Amino acid sequence: MDKLHLDQHISQQFNMELEDIRNKVLTMGGLVEQQVTNGLTALLEADNDLASKVAESDFEINKMEVDIDEDCTQVLARRQPTASDLRLIVTVIKVITDLERIGDEAEKLGRFSRDLTDMADDLPSYRKELRHLGELVKSMLHDSLDAFARLDVDAALAIAQRDEDVNDEYRTLERLLGTHLVEDPRQVSKLFKITWCARALERIGDHSVNICEYVVYLVKGRDIRHTSFDDIRSEFIK
Amino acid sequence: MNTAVATDTIDTSFIPRDPVKDSAQEAFHKLTETVGTPTVENAKMRSRDVNVFYGEKQAIFDVNLDIGNNEVVAMIGPSGCGKSTFLRCLNRMNDTIPSCRVTGDLSLDGEDLYGADLDPVLLRARVGMVFQKPNPFAKSIYDNVAYGPRIHGLSSNRAELDDIVVDSLRKAGLYDEVKDRLDAPGTSLSGGQQQRLCIARSIAVSPEVILMDEPCSALDPIATARIEELIDELRQNYAIAIVTHSMQQAARVSQRTAYFHLGKLVEVNATNDVFTNPQHELTENYITGRFG
Repeated sequence: MDKLHLDQHISQQFNMELEDIRNKVLTMGGLVEQQVTNGLTALLEADNDLASKVAESDFEINKMEVDIDEDCTQVLARRQPTASDLRLIVTVIKVITDLERIGDEAEKLGRFSRDLTDMADDLPSYRKELRHLGELVKSMLHDSLDAFARLDVDAALAIAQRDEDVNDEYRTLERLLGTHLVEDPRQVSKLFKITWCARALERIGDHSVNICEYVVYLVKGRDIRHTSFDDIRSEFIK
Repeated sequence: MNTAVATDTIDTSFIPRDPVKDSAQEAFHKLTETVGTPTVENAKMRSRDVNVFYGEKQAIFDVNLDIGNNEVVAMIGPSGCGKSTFLRCLNRMNDTIPSCRVTGDLSLDGEDLYGADLDPVLLRARVGMVFQKPNPFAKSIYDNVAYGPRIHGLSSNRAELDDIVVDSLRKAGLYDEVKDRLDAPGTSLSGGQQQRLCIARSIAVSPEVILMDEPCSALDPIATARIEELIDELRQNYAIAIVTHSMQQAARVSQRTAYFHLGKLVEVNATNDVFTNPQHELTENYITGRFG
């Protein structure tokens, strides 16, 4: 089943419930994407107002997570979904957990932006590297939500592979910061904060990979978590 | 010939198409072989290329299905899909319908069910059946259970018969509720108790296979839960095939699930797989309550 056919149940009410849940997830995804964009901008442009806005909007995402979870619980209790309907509900419950955590990471970026603002001039800000890492994970998140919306397994697998680039980038930055720390231990606090920002971005990449894995489960019914990419490739990519 | 030409010229393109229904029908017509694992290694009962006809009308098409030792196979499907008809082939209950004709190979432990030297009465002792509506005889609880062992001569004295009755009632999870009134009429029991009495009655003749045709559809959830618990216990000693309209019941009690559609066996797979990731579109449509 490559399509969910959510509108084909004999019960119209059930059609509406599932469609409603799916739409809410996509709305939540859009909101989280915006949070990441804002968090990154606040960080890179030292925009304190934007950082505050990110912190405030995080409540909204948390509220959506609780709301969608409740909807899923109701469907489980009242409809006893099976097959692709069951997989959709399970997938949604998992996707929104990752989305909520991505929201938390975005908020973190905003929070650290203040520290980068009053950074001494003689300390390189690593903005260029953070920007690069940020753009990579932003596009991963965007594309993984797109794969979820379109139920696109090929895209999901391709996106999951991009996490390697993110990890490479993160490790490079980590090395740079480590060297810097050895050279100038007085900057330890600030260097740590930059590391945490990089770490937050890298985590967003990981959560995006999780979303891609859930898409494969939703469409193919195969749980590919903790499976080597070579095995997955031989099974799904012909 | 003329009719065919006339049909060809009718333009039906204005009728809105239902993509799910269309693709499901196409999938059904293409179906030549059952999807999944209809056969098992430790099969107690085997059926190969079974076809059943009621007069001219064919009700079952080329069904291959094994029922393994110590497993519960659930048969599901819409009304009229042939699941009960198939179940009834397994102990020759269809013999009682004059217009019914069964072809193909059916066997119990390798012995042909429709062989000339096989006595259907003895077969029905080896392959017991429990029906949708509890149907105790108008006799005492004791005599209901003792009936089978008596006619099959399974006991030589009263003490042995007592043992069989008590043991069967225990296995059916009914003994504690009726031990003080074994001479009360079977019909005085509640619906759930009557159904367990019928199960005790079928166990009393030491069957090897138990067939159940919607055994819980007339029961409340508590009685249903008791019977389902019992089915799981009985599985340790018997092979069980159950026809049910309740998909949740199939999901709860069975190890394998078989989906029938318009007389064809569409899919048989491990119950865990059928309810999370069915392989055939028709199975998916049925268990998720979609059109098709």
